[in-house]
Amino acid sequence: MTKSLAPGAIDCDIHPAVPDLAALLPYMDDPWREQVVVRGIDDLASIAYPANSPLTCRADWRPADKSVPASSLAQIRRDVLDPFGTSIAIANCLYGVQSLFSEDMAAAYATAVNRWMAKEWLDKEPRLRASIIVAAQGPELAVDEIERWAHDKRFVQVLLLVSGATPLGKRSLWPIYRAAEKHGLAIGIHAGSAYHNPPTSVGWPTYYTEDYVSQAQAFQSQLTSLICEGVFNKFPDLKVVLLESGFTWLPAHLWRLTKFWRGLRMEIPWVDRAPADIVRSNVRLSLQPVDGPPDRDSLLKVFDHMQSDELILFSTDYPHWQFDGTAAIPDGLPADLVRKMTHDNPRATYARLLETVA
Amino acid sequence: MSRHVVAAVGDIAPGDRKLVIVRGRPIAIFNLGGEYFGLLNRCPHQGGPMCEGKITGLVQASEPGKYLYSKAGEVIRCPWHNWEFDIRTGQSYCEPDRFKTRAYPVEVADGAAVVEGPYVAETIKVNVAERYLVVDL
Amino acid sequence: MNVQARQTPTAAASSKLAIADGDIHPTRKLASEFDPWLDKRWRDDVATFGARQRQPWQNAPAYPKAQPNASRRDAYPPEGGRQGSSLPFMQQQHLDPANVALGILNPLGTGQGLQNIDMSIALCHATNEWQQEYWTKPDRRLRASVVVPYEDPIASAKEIRRYADNADFVQVFMLSRTSEPLGSRKYWPIYEAAAEVGMPVGVHAFGYGGNPMTPGGYPSYYTEEMVGHSQAQQSGLASLVVEGVFARFPSLKMIMIEAGFAWAPSLTWRLDNAWRRLKQETPHLTRLPSEYIRDQVWWTTQPMEEPEPRTHLRDAINWIGWDRLIFATDYPHWDYDDPATSLPLKISEAEREAFFIGNARNVYRGV
Repeated sequence: MTKSLAPGAIDCDIHPAVPDLAALLPYMDDPWREQVVVRGIDDLASIAYPANSPLTCRADWRPADKSVPASSLAQIRRDVLDPFGTSIAIANCLYGVQSLFSEDMAAAYATAVNRWMAKEWLDKEPRLRASIIVAAQGPELAVDEIERWAHDKRFVQVLLLVSGATPLGKRSLWPIYRAAEKHGLAIGIHAGSAYHNPPTSVGWPTYYTEDYVSQAQAFQSQLTSLICEGVFNKFPDLKVVLLESGFTWLPAHLWRLTKFWRGLRMEIPWVDRAPADIVRSNVRLSLQPVDGPPDRDSLLKVFDHMQSDELILFSTDYPHWQFDGTAAIPDGLPADLVRKMTHDNPRATYARLLETVA
Repeated sequence: MSRHVVAAVGDIAPGDRKLVIVRGRPIAIFNLGGEYFGLLNRCPHQGGPMCEGKITGLVQASEPGKYLYSKAGEVIRCPWHNWEFDIRTGQSYCEPDRFKTRAYPVEVADGAAVVEGPYVAETIKVNVAERYLVVDL
Repeated sequence: MNVQARQTPTAAASSKLAIADGDIHPTRKLASEFDPWLDKRWRDDVATFGARQRQPWQNAPAYPKAQPNASRRDAYPPEGGRQGSSLPFMQQQHLDPANVALGILNPLGTGQGLQNIDMSIALCHATNEWQQEYWTKPDRRLRASVVVPYEDPIASAKEIRRYADNADFVQVFMLSRTSEPLGSRKYWPIYEAAAEVGMPVGVHAFGYGGNPMTPGGYPSYYTEEMVGHSQAQQSGLASLVVEGVFARFPSLKMIMIEAGFAWAPSLTWRLDNAWRRLKQETPHLTRLPSEYIRDQVWWTTQPMEEPEPRTHLRDAINWIGWDRLIFATDYPHWDYDDPATSLPLKISEAEREAFFIGNARNVYRGV
């Protein structure tokens, strides 16, 4: 069923893709530009989104010429910007930079991707904004990258993957959060492991289906880490957005985390507010995948359990296959909740969206 | 309201506590440096024997990693789910605005002024001139 | 402002009802209690080298607990010994007052998941004999679990079949943090044997599989570890479904123990959602994941989640099904659920009967 969005809606998660390594080379510095070619380094195609998997690209969004989905501006305009009529869409590039083990190489690739994003996308399409890609395995280099782009208000967020080498709340990563908070950049945490640890806490799964489903557990663990380590106590103005995380798990997770916090407070005494309060003030989640129950009344109950209409940010997750047609918004949600998701919550979360872009 | 003798002064050493039943209610009397505080021995969480837990100090933090330790001996931790309560006020340390256990003010009274409660029957045999700990219920 | 103990009329009445307790933790007072069933070689090796787990400590858990033995301070037996080591005191403090008509023993800290597989096999067998001698023979309300050295599934299957005709044993017992996800084909001999003898497989929180405790590495705090049992069981359950364990063994029953249950509905919705799009990968699945779960999976209730308002818990239970939950206390651990006060809902007679005893009778073998 086609849903039309009121003008001014914001799509908080789309995935323009690097078409191939050759597209990045002009944006790489030497020695990396030469290294990549001389060493025969392949494209950084993470197993998090197998190229031909039905979820990686919806069938009707697959280019007829077999090129990489979402790798051209024409496609993005035709498939998602125009049909949904969004005034802004936030680009989160998932080129597998974060999976490299060498900090320096990862940082070099990150810089190239960000330059490519600015030149090939942001310069050409005023409706686009983007996340700064950083490699968290080298926090100091990640801070350098943030500082490199902080002046460019079209970058509204710093992107991390949900599963890296280190839990995201740990202090070794705080320089990244300090830099983001300083510049009014949100921290976006996106689904997908860097595979520097087994992708589940019980080892490596057999099927891609398990890997994808397990992303929700990864987000739950990271939300726990961010809260328990006191990231929001240390950086009270930091906004963290969970992207392609699902959200229907959130209430039950907060019930559990709150229950243990009440009895174990003395271990993490800087957590001086209930976890649910911290989430309400500092954490947001994108809409796709909805992962909703089969009936509308149950979905409304889940929203009721969340006890806030400010948490969810509209997203299409283009070109990942999460819905058919333009049915990104589940049926039966109250109009004012939809309005908050599509218009108000993104603006409240991404302060830099409201800045005038030169 | 009636007054009940729950102990004689000297029964409870500083830092220690005594569990009593008064009018069917389980109450613990704590001695904090010569001051006496009474708490209902039933946790507001799920009814556990709160006052039988460990007596501790209070751990707080100005920021992550910067620990502040205070109120040594003035916090009781429920032996079930570990909730912490201030012995003086009954206030919980998580969400203090929402959770509190019932506090019973404890006075020190002269023996001659006290007339009722099961303990009195025993104490009368000892020495009515000694000072007593009394609870109003 | 002053809050009295949380009790509802229905819950208080339930403490008079005979109940099942799906999660009781007996412990040894002395390590030597296992000796009658341990070869000298193992007694000597345990004494010399220890029962080494995939974590740093000889005599401690990876994440320090919040209370000694992670147990209630009021559960120390008066005669001495650890919490849970005295049957008479367990009877006096828990089984009798709570009117436990069926108590399922889930022994921890035995020998599961050790680095030394042969030591694990020996200790698990000793645990099973010990359960009978010390617990189920003297108190006929109690039933034992076949504690298996799950990282050797062939040895585990052998141990399960050993107790096929022993009515004291009603469950096969595994831990949730395994070295591979629970659905891995590696573990299928365990499920095959359990289904063959008609016992459900109970998967209990904890274990040291050697994997970091989150997909993003080892967390800092015990608080995080405790919350994390929910994620570990979600990943394990997803694996069981997607790998096809339920499809392959349609009579197999699984019980997810001591990780709460409110996480289950959203996991089933996500599984169905993902499977619909990716089903090419799993031709062995012929039904929705949620259907397999609906038919073959149960949860023990502790630690019961505590939403506010409390009525939200009813939504979660309705989604899971009132027939899928098995009440458990986790006695003598600190995050114990009391049967009188832990379920803060007004429930019908039928719901109370199912929740507190009926579902247990449908799941455990022969009770």
